[in-house]
Amino acid sequence: MTLVKDKPVISVRDLVVGFGDTIVLDHLNLDVRSGEILGVVGGSGMGKSVLLRTIIGLLPKRHGTIEVLGVDQDKANEEQRRALERRWGVLFQQGALFSSLTVRQNVQFPMRENLELSPRLLDEIALAKLEMVGLTPADADKFPAELSGGMTKRVALARALALDPEIVFLDEPTSGLDPISAGDFDALIKTLQGTLGLTVFMVTHDLESLYTVCDRIAALADGHIVAVGPMQTMLECTHPWVQTYFQGKRGGMLTSRVGQLVN
Amino acid sequence: MASDASLLTAKFKGDRLELAAGGSWTAAHAGELEALVDGVAQDAARARSVSIDMGGVRQFDTYGAWLLERLTRQWRGSGGAASIVGMPEHDRTLLKEMSGVNLEPAPAPVQDNALVSALAAMGSGIVGFGRDLSTFANMLGAIGVAGARVLMRPRDFRFTSAVNQLDRVCWQAVPIILLITLLIGAIIAQQGIFHFRKFGAEMYAIDLVGILILREVGVLIVAIMVAGRSGSSYTAELGSMMMREEVDALRTMGFDPVEVLILPRVLVLIVAMPVLTFIGSMAALYGGGLVAWFYGGMSPEIYISRLADAISITHFKVGMIKAPFMGLVIGVVSCAEGLLVKGSAESLGLQTTASVVKSIFLVIVLDGLFAMFFASIGM
Repeated sequence: MTLVKDKPVISVRDLVVGFGDTIVLDHLNLDVRSGEILGVVGGSGMGKSVLLRTIIGLLPKRHGTIEVLGVDQDKANEEQRRALERRWGVLFQQGALFSSLTVRQNVQFPMRENLELSPRLLDEIALAKLEMVGLTPADADKFPAELSGGMTKRVALARALALDPEIVFLDEPTSGLDPISAGDFDALIKTLQGTLGLTVFMVTHDLESLYTVCDRIAALADGHIVAVGPMQTMLECTHPWVQTYFQGKRGGMLTSRVGQLVN
Repeated sequence: MASDASLLTAKFKGDRLELAAGGSWTAAHAGELEALVDGVAQDAARARSVSIDMGGVRQFDTYGAWLLERLTRQWRGSGGAASIVGMPEHDRTLLKEMSGVNLEPAPAPVQDNALVSALAAMGSGIVGFGRDLSTFANMLGAIGVAGARVLMRPRDFRFTSAVNQLDRVCWQAVPIILLITLLIGAIIAQQGIFHFRKFGAEMYAIDLVGILILREVGVLIVAIMVAGRSGSSYTAELGSMMMREEVDALRTMGFDPVEVLILPRVLVLIVAMPVLTFIGSMAALYGGGLVAWFYGGMSPEIYISRLADAISITHFKVGMIKAPFMGLVIGVVSCAEGLLVKGSAESLGLQTTASVVKSIFLVIVLDGLFAMFFASIGM
């Protein structure tokens, strides 16, 4: 199952997605390489989340192919799809924790359904995952309604990592967090990516995250990927939206900082 | 895929235990691996020193890392030492990460005595019943206060919201109420005719239908339908607004949620119940008439003249007087239950169920109280 380096783990070709008369993604192409953190940026309503949801199969596409871990989504049968879904984890924007289960049960849920483990190992692994994302065993028996925003995201990440996936999809992981928590969360994603060898597909608005953790950035505008590459490529890009985004008031502040670092 | 047997093999060299690991130390094999690791832990009690060769491992994830960590931690606990060889640098980072977790014992889930928890459940049920009554009284009071405030400043009444609710609660309920009450009227008439026929007193079935429907059944059936249809939707609406902090948002903007959300809804129910009761009772009488005609062989003229003899305006009044009070009870219960919803989806389901069950229960209790009242004043 080891992947050949440089063969993309996610490969999107000629993807068209729309609702009714509006076309959100218009013949979009994108590759995600093994072991990288790819940040997808784009204005509100430009279809970042639509792209993510289409790749994980929650939204139907009109045209094009999506290959994840070498499996073509259209040609895969039910069993192959389920096997594939076990090899990725998804962190939803609002966490999407099951509100009637405790934190521990939330993390154990995918393990219980997919693996045959002893209760002891279930507990140990669940607590280990929770500690890896920076929570304490004391939090394990809380219900989602008792958690703060940052803790909810951490638990959701622990659940996304429950089966040791090869890819994690993060939908705005740092939105709604204060800058310190957001910074911690970025560092956490980076560390986990290092230790677990993850490929991370991250939809984000957070410029700070893009600068600090992403290996490559893909900019989504007008239904296409208008630029993809490391930070430098983004800064040199001539597309008006990308320029405004990275050279604007808020982007500019960070850009100058990065510029200093680079020089 | 390596076969399961080669995941972990143990070999003694003198008093030194040599372990060779191989294959996939991953989530998919965690079950078998745990059994092997536990088995080896037994052997290791006899060994002086232990070495683990991880060179044959092709895949390694958190599950494998934790089981390896658990094994070595156990030996360290009993004074032994284990050396791990042949491990790639990358896997070592993961193992190191694992050595920092699960250091303190996990808090054990509390196990209660069955008898004690049964008694506790009964006790909290009784306390809950009392609390329910005070919650409903509270809600009734709050609605009264909000109503008084709106009377002083009638412009503050949410007229648009009330009209919208009236459409949903009253107008859109008409078809289903018509259908159900028509059937109920028909069933009562059929049963009446069938049983009175034995005494040759079929005509009295019409008295039965008229009095029963106008006094009791019409209003009760409609109240139960409204509790299930509109009461549950009130609870679910307010409950999901509680979950998404919309009610708190209203409060912080200086609005009283009772005045904005609850008063229009309850008033609408108070208006809708008599209307629906009237429609329902008429439909039931119509259904009774149809059965009397086709099953009992009484022509519509006979049915109507007999009905005119049997019923009086008093019977009609008794039913209609009760209707707004039942609307009030349903409104108070469903709104109070809605505000009790906590954060989880489960809680929303529980409160919605509780709302319907409690409002139907209270509607029937109220009907009983009215029956005693009307009997004592001779209506």
